[in-house]
Amino acid sequence: MIGAPSPPALDAGALDRALASHGGEPTLLVQILRAAQEVDGWLPPATITYIAARLGLPRAQVEGVAGYYAFLHLAPVGRYHVLFSDNVTDRMAGSEALLDRLCRNLWIERGKVSEDGLVSVATTSCTGMCDQGPGLLVNGIAIPRLDDARVDAIADLIRDRVALADWPAELFAIADNVHRSDVLLGANVRPGDALRAAIARGERDPELASNERSWRERVPMIPQGPTETLEEIKRSNLRGRGGAGFTTGLKWEACRTSLGARRYVVCNADEGEPGTFKDRVLLSSHADLVVEGMTVCAYVIGARQGFLYLRGEYAYMLPHLRAVLARRRAEGLLGKTIAGQPGFDFDIAIHVGAGAYVCGEESALIESLEGKRGIPRNRPPYPVTHGYRQQPTVVNNVETFCAAALIAIHGGVWYREIGTTRSAGTKVLSVSGDCARPGIYEYPFGVTVRQVLADCGAERTQAVQVSGPSGICVGAAEFDRQLAFEDLPTAGAFIVFDESRDMFEVARNFAHFFAHESCGFCTPCRVGTTLLCNVMDKLAEQKGSLHDLARIERLARLLQASSHCGLGHTACNPLVDTLKRFRPAYERRLQSTEFEPAFDLDGALARARAMTGRDDAGAHIGAVD
Amino acid sequence: MHSTPDRDTFMLDGTAVPFTPGETVMQAALTAGHYIPHLCYHREFKPHGSCKVCTVRANGQTVASCTLPAQAGLVIECAAPDLEENRRTLVQMLFVEGNHFCPSCEKSGNCLLQAVAYDLEVLSTDLDHFFPNRPIDASHPGLLLDLNRCILCELCVRASAEVDGKSVFALSGRGMSKHLIVNAESGRLADTDIAVTDKAVEVCPVGVILKKRVGFAVPIGKRRYDLEPVSAQAKGDAPRAAPEGETR
Repeated sequence: MIGAPSPPALDAGALDRALASHGGEPTLLVQILRAAQEVDGWLPPATITYIAARLGLPRAQVEGVAGYYAFLHLAPVGRYHVLFSDNVTDRMAGSEALLDRLCRNLWIERGKVSEDGLVSVATTSCTGMCDQGPGLLVNGIAIPRLDDARVDAIADLIRDRVALADWPAELFAIADNVHRSDVLLGANVRPGDALRAAIARGERDPELASNERSWRERVPMIPQGPTETLEEIKRSNLRGRGGAGFTTGLKWEACRTSLGARRYVVCNADEGEPGTFKDRVLLSSHADLVVEGMTVCAYVIGARQGFLYLRGEYAYMLPHLRAVLARRRAEGLLGKTIAGQPGFDFDIAIHVGAGAYVCGEESALIESLEGKRGIPRNRPPYPVTHGYRQQPTVVNNVETFCAAALIAIHGGVWYREIGTTRSAGTKVLSVSGDCARPGIYEYPFGVTVRQVLADCGAERTQAVQVSGPSGICVGAAEFDRQLAFEDLPTAGAFIVFDESRDMFEVARNFAHFFAHESCGFCTPCRVGTTLLCNVMDKLAEQKGSLHDLARIERLARLLQASSHCGLGHTACNPLVDTLKRFRPAYERRLQSTEFEPAFDLDGALARARAMTGRDDAGAHIGAVD
Repeated sequence: MHSTPDRDTFMLDGTAVPFTPGETVMQAALTAGHYIPHLCYHREFKPHGSCKVCTVRANGQTVASCTLPAQAGLVIECAAPDLEENRRTLVQMLFVEGNHFCPSCEKSGNCLLQAVAYDLEVLSTDLDHFFPNRPIDASHPGLLLDLNRCILCELCVRASAEVDGKSVFALSGRGMSKHLIVNAESGRLADTDIAVTDKAVEVCPVGVILKKRVGFAVPIGKRRYDLEPVSAQAKGDAPRAAPEGETR
């Protein structure tokens, strides 16, 4: 990356190459802007104008898209742009002191570009390195396990202007930290196993599908693999692993039976929930299983095109993922006539996100895929009928596709036997925070919080944030609750807080996260998340009153009732949960439980008293009665 | 208005409201003469449901009525105390988010935000003001753009793209830094192809896009919503063009 703080001359040739690398296709605007940003390190006004003209889009639309994503810059950033992950787990591991240390080392101010344009240092939302934090991104590439020595080494590399490609590889080494495997992480699946099993299902003895037989007898020529595999997925009771828990079989069936010229498979790898990193491990060490599951889905619903929406923070994985896709094409497992089946054509494109948590919501993700601002759509209609380009689309989580691949091989009954009655199968957890062995743990659904805490070596645990800030915060009295859709549903995050932690500060960190990530579309979430930050900051400054606690609860009801999407619906959860379970952490901050000292009237009279030389009782304003 | 036997109806606060298939609850209600408070909805444009002021309870679920497809048998609650309370808070949020000084605003009396606030009996902003630093763009010879009053309803964005065919306006940023931008590299309205007669100019419900040299032609106190509350005149055509001689 070559950049400068003042607008550089337009490099039309470089921008043309960025456009050409994505076919000059307006729906790939986010990808084009990412590529164009490589030219100058940011997107100068003339660059926006040039791209808009070449794509035939209104300039304001292109600027609006660029302005939406945190990793696209409309103002200059340093040639080395360093973003510290600002999740609560990073803070617990000392990220703030390390950020200050790096700034001191480089003689720069947080959030500002150095005068020579060399470097800028700021914060970003959780980068998914919670088990090996604190983490940071340098020009979009992840570095974990920060400590004083590594921060100093980074400062030296930047000061010496060492090209990022020449930095020691050891800095970028990211561990899987798998501590407990079950059927998914322990699966020994060869590439193509699930596809061959799915295809074979249609060729087996008709007894396996006696309920389908009469229909089959009337239409004997149609291959039965897709319907048979769909039946297995339905039989398995698999539910979506991204958090909402929608039944996967029903989703696939609805997409399969929807009218549409084309169908699409989308893998949601926009793992943005703070404290969640299991998709990173699945993609780095089980990418074939993920792709296999997507391909099984394509086989079932009849899709020819798939997308892997990879969060921008995981861009370092791109070479690996591209290599996996290329190898599978060479092996006949992607592309035309997959696994030798005539007409089974399917391929996958990787779409890299650009820093927007809300794009984890499936309709916002589709908007982003289409090159727009990632704002959740009005629903209905849902993506299964009107998704990508208004065509029937299945959007599933990374882990869901892995499970689907296993079900294609072993069958629905096998899967349904694992876990609980209402939560079939296993769940991969991302365990972080105060424990001896943070990392990845796979359990059958129904495992208790207490069991996980024991396995990860957590002691004197005060609370666990289950499923991240948008999930549930449970205290010690609830550790016998089960991780399952019917009790504590989870998308995977499991953040442990021991007794030394201040749960108010945890909630305040989460409040700032939601305000930063609100897309701003609807009034309650846009204004409400900022109001919540302001209330929490006021409490932190010991200026709050009971009135402020009541305000949190009132805003929580409003956001729950009127927000446009799940971000707004859940933004108050960490505050409401901690208020309910750890109220003393809030109350000890109150200046008064009686009234709100929004403005210090008596303090404002200090100058008047000094000028008049008075200090008697009549020159003071006491407590309001 | 009462249901006719040959049309499907839904119930709105106990009254049957007829609708044509494809209509939203808001469209059917306004057509039938029932006011539902709203800011970002405009009958000439596809609803997008961002202000959330029109949130109602439909079969027990809270949802924006402007984007909710009307269905036979739907039971809609609009006037419930908790919904009214939420509406007041939403309007207060819009007031504290921007800089709204009604007494010095040319739009006072013709402003939908002000009118809805009065109608909902919002007596104060209650919440702490943000006092954002937002620019004023006076570069255009015929128009003033004062972003201090923008409520991000996107009506100008929609009107410019769909009616004027110009895409003069768009939104950039996100969250609290979401803001209106214009279609020019300079960022100046004068460098866009907007015309004083554009639909985008007419449609602004607040005092962001103002025509120059026509201010205060009608004195405050005799303007549209000064004469009659919004709930009494918004039925079916809200927000309609200002009466003769007001903001031309």
